[in-house]
Amino acid sequence: MIAQAASTFVPPEVQWFALVPLMVVLGAGVVGVLVESFVPARARRPVQTVLTLGALVGALAVLVVQGWQWFGPEGTGQVLVLGGSMVLDGFSVALQGTILLCAFLAVLVVTDRTSARQDAFAPSAAAIPGSEYEELARRRGLEQTEVYPLLLFAVGGMLVFPAAGDLVTMFVALEVLSLPLYVLAGMARRRRLLSQEASFKYFVLGAFASALFLFGTALLYGFSGSVRLDGIARMSLTVAQDAPGLPEGWVLLWLVGILLVLAGLLFKVGAVPFQAWTPDVYQGAPTPITGFMAACTKVAAFGALVRVVYLLVVNAPPEAFDAVKAALWTVAVATMLVGAVVGATQTDVKRMLGYSSIAHAGFLLVALLGFNAQGVRAVVLYLLVYGVSTVGAFAVVTLVREVGPGGEVVGEATHLGQWAGLGRRSPLLAASFSLFLLSFAGIPLTAGFIAKFSAFEAAVRGTPYTGSATALVVVGVIASAIAVFFYVRVVVIMFFSRTVEGDGSTVAVGAGSAEDADGRGATAEEPEPHATQQGTPQRSSVVVAEGAPAVTVVRSEWGSLVTVAVAVVTVLLVGVFPQPVLDLVDGLTRLG
Amino acid sequence: MTIDPNFPWLTVLAVVPLVGAAVLWALPRGSARLARPVALAVALVEVVLVALAVAAFDTSRAGEHQLAETHAWIPQLGASYAVGVDGVGLLLVALSVGLVPLVVGAAWREQGDGSDGGHRLRHYLALVLVLETFMVLVFAARDVFLFYVVFEAMLVPVYFMIGGFGDGARRRYAAIKFLVFSLVGGLVMLAAVVALYVQGPGGEQGFLTDSLTGVALDPTTERWLFLGFFLAFAIKAPMFPVHTWLPDAAEHAPAGTSVLLVGVLDKVGTFGMLTLCLPLFPSASRWAAPVVIVLAVVSILYGALLALGQKDLMRLVAYTSVSHFGFIVLGIFAFTQVSVSGASLYMVNHGLSTGLLFLVAGFLVLRSRGGRSRDVDGFGGMQRVTPVLAGVFLVAGLSALSLPGLSTFVSEIMVLVGTYGRNHPAAIVAATGVILAALYVLLTYKRVFTGPVRAELADAPDLSARERWVAAPLVVALLLFGFLPGPLLDLVRDPAAVTLEDVGVDDVAGTAAEPTTEGSDS
Repeated sequence: MIAQAASTFVPPEVQWFALVPLMVVLGAGVVGVLVESFVPARARRPVQTVLTLGALVGALAVLVVQGWQWFGPEGTGQVLVLGGSMVLDGFSVALQGTILLCAFLAVLVVTDRTSARQDAFAPSAAAIPGSEYEELARRRGLEQTEVYPLLLFAVGGMLVFPAAGDLVTMFVALEVLSLPLYVLAGMARRRRLLSQEASFKYFVLGAFASALFLFGTALLYGFSGSVRLDGIARMSLTVAQDAPGLPEGWVLLWLVGILLVLAGLLFKVGAVPFQAWTPDVYQGAPTPITGFMAACTKVAAFGALVRVVYLLVVNAPPEAFDAVKAALWTVAVATMLVGAVVGATQTDVKRMLGYSSIAHAGFLLVALLGFNAQGVRAVVLYLLVYGVSTVGAFAVVTLVREVGPGGEVVGEATHLGQWAGLGRRSPLLAASFSLFLLSFAGIPLTAGFIAKFSAFEAAVRGTPYTGSATALVVVGVIASAIAVFFYVRVVVIMFFSRTVEGDGSTVAVGAGSAEDADGRGATAEEPEPHATQQGTPQRSSVVVAEGAPAVTVVRSEWGSLVTVAVAVVTVLLVGVFPQPVLDLVDGLTRLG
Repeated sequence: MTIDPNFPWLTVLAVVPLVGAAVLWALPRGSARLARPVALAVALVEVVLVALAVAAFDTSRAGEHQLAETHAWIPQLGASYAVGVDGVGLLLVALSVGLVPLVVGAAWREQGDGSDGGHRLRHYLALVLVLETFMVLVFAARDVFLFYVVFEAMLVPVYFMIGGFGDGARRRYAAIKFLVFSLVGGLVMLAAVVALYVQGPGGEQGFLTDSLTGVALDPTTERWLFLGFFLAFAIKAPMFPVHTWLPDAAEHAPAGTSVLLVGVLDKVGTFGMLTLCLPLFPSASRWAAPVVIVLAVVSILYGALLALGQKDLMRLVAYTSVSHFGFIVLGIFAFTQVSVSGASLYMVNHGLSTGLLFLVAGFLVLRSRGGRSRDVDGFGGMQRVTPVLAGVFLVAGLSALSLPGLSTFVSEIMVLVGTYGRNHPAAIVAATGVILAALYVLLTYKRVFTGPVRAELADAPDLSARERWVAAPLVVALLLFGFLPGPLLDLVRDPAAVTLEDVGVDDVAGTAAEPTTEGSDS
């Protein structure tokens, strides 16, 4: 409760214990900055690695203790920090746990220098691409270990974001999580211009979205005199009761305000029409960072979105509810369809995963639009499943590399055509990636199916007041069917396409169907052992140009390997025996 | 000897092949030659197990689901691991398990010429075994969620079996087409499954077929849900107009895959109509029956006519199946005791008959020029070169045209007679399909096996001992059940009565031998 007495200052009571995970993460970030200044360059990397991973594990451990204490059998219920600026209910604890888990797995990928003995980051991110200074930094073998504190700061913001109880806290968390990401997106070791463009684009559009969010906050404050979510909700109920003394059109203030706030959040989750940055940033950012961003940002942003929708939209002034619902339905439908349809045309694996993440944002919105408790449960489960498999998928991407003219391993081979025949050369890696793709596609016996099922169930169930979202589910299944096409296409390329290996070039043949072949690039005929079938030459929609670099698979030091293994086990286990995870999610969100 | 019916027969039947597949994949690299014996051994163990399960099944209560097990699986989503079979389910499980060793046997030389040490063959056989697990489960599932999971999951091994091991340049296209068609149907069904659960009683066992049967649904909702399920099954079956994936898939799949795909997997469609659509949505089924019957009759004629025009042997067989599936669907939706029992029996017989046809066609293709030409006109006079092959082909072909004395005759006549009792025009038009069947079978036989011997095929070997062993069980089964259909009829009669009771239609009085007063469908 807000202290009404303005004349007497009451020092706020701080729930220090509740803040421990946050303080561990942010504190380790600060220590990380000091490490950069005081520890000799040679030792920085191991120190930072231990510090970062330790902080994440520590925070997760404390979070587990907290979750047990608050929501266990003798739980004391939710905790309000600083008078409700942060609401640590079961929902936020569940999402914070997911964020910490995904961040841990993503950092493992970040630390992995693979058998190429190089990490994914520019030796000196400040150097102009192609300059002599850059070359010098590269030759001196510099490493940019500032990545780790930046990651920790971003995680700190993410932990606050879904727990924020007022719009200002939410905004601060949004900025704390976004700014490090803008920087990290621009730090790729290779294709630096692409990376910097991604960073710039992300920053400009992100700043724009933040401004929208902030303006919406101001309008909602004008509407209700409060930035607290429950305060705003209370005011809308007052408006609903037709309280005297409110000017005409007061509801419009709420409507515009909420739409702007939602726009800011939908930008972060990558929903259409705010998705434009997603493919570019996913492609340009260093791959380990893309994995981190794709998983953790989405979890955090959806957490905030759920909170806003369930506190503000559900308690909307009656005449405005339908408008917001219509807006969200439109966004959900567009997000699913754009993600699936445009995703089907991609030839770059990172862009494809970007569009896939857009489509998944759409499926998550479907769960959200059930407006019921099942919806919250489904969102948490979906985010966990999606997050872990996404980090795993990007970890695989980091291992498939191009080989330079001198035989040295260079950047990632992200063109889908270069993945041809991966199933033959690295069956386990390709099988893992296929498993993630099948899970994204929602094929039964993978975790993705359980998640999608829960999401659709919540939407069909709906509530008596808001109705059922069955129509959205129908669009959802159509979008899933389209999305399956492009996930499976990658499986086809990895397992069923042969590569012709000759003088340093790898040419992919025969991916996709003869129908959609458009003859771009060079096409080589598959050496058909039996000459009877030459009537229909195989051509491919995904073809790499002649002379494209050869492709190799580098060995993981251990980080990526652990991440992929954990993700595979999670996807299978949750897919076949989801009950423990469902119980956990249920136990946490029931109280929240 | 008494066999304990409480032993978890179905679970064991499902688990053994999965273990076999794991063993195959775990074989060290050098020992790929062991793949064939291991796979065959597992498949034969399955046959023994299924024989024991059949013995444990009490035929006098064939209408009830026996060998049943129910365990909590995902209580929170209302899903249980519930399996159990009635007479029809048992027959189909037995059919699936029975065909697998033949497919393994047929794959002996078909996959992998030994150039990679049998590496490919090992993967192929492992996929066949994984598929066997799913086939057993899908026919035994007594929980809609479990059924759906298996229904969708089995697409994955089939997809790899077509796309990875198929023949011809367009096999990936065929594999993708198969997957997209099936998934569109499956995902629409998913929406219906979710909606059905929400409408149903819910709770920790809310997905059990028994809990969902008899749920009072709003008529409009019921019709939508029926359509959601029916579309998936019609694609799977495959019925006109959503059958177009089958010819492509069958053309490009290895013959063994086609045996399982058409012989067993497509039965999931008709089996689903019989055991899910009708009991779960009885009034919607009655509402849709006239349209479904028209589509079924169109399938019968259209499939047969297209089969007549095919030059590709595998496509030809695939189109005959479209026609046959029309008969099965017709029998199911005619809602008479005789037609529904006939349709159930037809599913099994069609599996035997088409299975044999695909196997023999596969053997024939191996003997063609280059070992992979499926062009009917590329053959000629094979009767003189390979007499045994010709004989087996003739048996398979005659069973496809339902010659009396072969088991397919029994089921086809039952479907036609049963349908006649309810719907005269449908039965009469469908009967012309039998004539077309005679045409496409005999014309094909003529083109391939009679006439002058082609020079390049003159030294083609006849069926080897292994191939004879593969074909023999099916020939025997077709003849045996042709003369003695009694045991099979005992198994399908009671389930048909139960189904009709669920749908809430009275059987037409007597048989169609005596024309009844209520002619058209209610």
